[in-house]
Amino acid sequence: MKITLGTVTHPGGSRVNKTGSWRTASKPRFNHQACVACDVCALVCPEGCIFGTGQNTYYANEDYCKGCGICAEVCPVHDIEMIPEAGEDG
Amino acid sequence: MVKGRMLQGARAMAEMCALCRPKVISAYPITPQTLIVEELSQIVADGDLEAEFINVEGEHSAASVVLGAAAVGVRVFTCSSSQGLLLMSEVIFNIAGMRLPVVMICVNRSVSAPLNIWNDQQDSIIMRDSGWIQLYAENNQETCDLLLQAHKIAEDHRVMLPAMVCCDGYVLPHAYEIVDLPSQAEVDAFLPSYDPIYKLDIDNPTTMGAFADPEKYMETRYMIQETMKKSLSVIEEVARDFGSSFGRSSYGLFEKYRVDDASTVVVALGSMAGTIKDVVDELRDQGEKVGILRLICYRPFPKEALYEALSAAENIVIMEKDISLGGSGAVATDMRAVFYGREACPRISGFILGLGGRDITVDDIKTTISKAQHQVADADFVGLKEDLELEGING
Ligand code: SF4
Ligand code: SF4
Repeated sequence: MKITLGTVTHPGGSRVNKTGSWRTASKPRFNHQACVACDVCALVCPEGCIFGTGQNTYYANEDYCKGCGICAEVCPVHDIEMIPEAGEDG
Repeated sequence: MVKGRMLQGARAMAEMCALCRPKVISAYPITPQTLIVEELSQIVADGDLEAEFINVEGEHSAASVVLGAAAVGVRVFTCSSSQGLLLMSEVIFNIAGMRLPVVMICVNRSVSAPLNIWNDQQDSIIMRDSGWIQLYAENNQETCDLLLQAHKIAEDHRVMLPAMVCCDGYVLPHAYEIVDLPSQAEVDAFLPSYDPIYKLDIDNPTTMGAFADPEKYMETRYMIQETMKKSLSVIEEVARDFGSSFGRSSYGLFEKYRVDDASTVVVALGSMAGTIKDVVDELRDQGEKVGILRLICYRPFPKEALYEALSAAENIVIMEKDISLGGSGAVATDMRAVFYGREACPRISGFILGLGGRDITVDDIKTTISKAQHQVADADFVGLKEDLELEGING
């Protein structure tokens, strides 16, 4: 990777920076059991990294998710759980 | 016949600025820089310079405006002093980090509190760590000459760093001196139009000054540090070019005045060198081997060139108008680092003079020189008023 004078980058340059590596303890697991597609998790995610197109389709892009847990906290049907970063058995 | 015109320093600097054809100027008035800004806005309003003069509500905005304009790829100019420069400081660091060749004049003034509008060099010295090249002028002619060179140095593709030309408040911009300004054709021949390496362009979009995490930030500092070192030779090269183009010498990194056989060498920046040169002449008449090295380029600090120039001296006497409170004068600290662990080890003394416009007299300079010949001084204040009672110190 080349570092240019003044760290000039082209459009989308920030996207290659996978800030999900900052996550420390836990990450969300979307259970896809009771989801009502209310879209609230996607709305509140401070990273804007939750996407979904209907019931039980929501997921977080772990390349950017910071593990803050807000999505799990707001889900009205408790369909999101925070699990250890290393995986469920971690 | 004397070449040049009798001009107030600020007028000469504004005219020189205009000759460099900046496309965007933004500045906020602050004593003692105001005259330069007034003159420049008049020049633009009169249609004598095709530039946008952008009025702003403060110095942080002025610096941000020239940052943005430089990022779009045009030559820019700003100017400040003291509290104004401090207000700019966040942007000052950004300009260097974004490698934008902004050029500014800092009209040197003390820093509050207490409020004081007179000259010392504390304001620009505070900015020494920012990644800006800093050049200190002795008189109005040199301020103008350095301003022209600063654009050429900063915009050189081997450099691409901002440059600050520093001149002593009141002592220079408010004084009338004969200044020989070049013609527009001469300036155009010396200073090519600015050719940016990167610019903000809607047809070829880029992000500047992007985020750098711990895996990348340190390299950006290393790049500036290495470029600073390399820019020493560019500064010398541009000074030589200046000399051959305008027939008036420019000294480059520093000026040596009666230094070569001197056992005691004073080191100073800016206008006080004039008085010191008179003292040097007087002491030379009395048989004392004294000289002065007037430092022009403080950042990058020309370590090797200074070692070469000063290693034969027995005493180096640093006289400076700044102090890192709780430490020493900035120049003295840097100078000691040049000689530490090297073969030549002159006695290096540091003195603080002229803060907040306190006069620096011939007697002050003589006393300082003789003191430094007998003992090592560190951040010794010269010219304090002995009749004042200082609460917590002697009262
Ligand atoms: S844990 Fe936080 S960052 Fe990650 S998906 Fe949920 S709301 Fe977004
Ligand atoms: S908050 Fe819960 S129910 Fe609503 S869309 Fe997200 S996962 Fe589905």
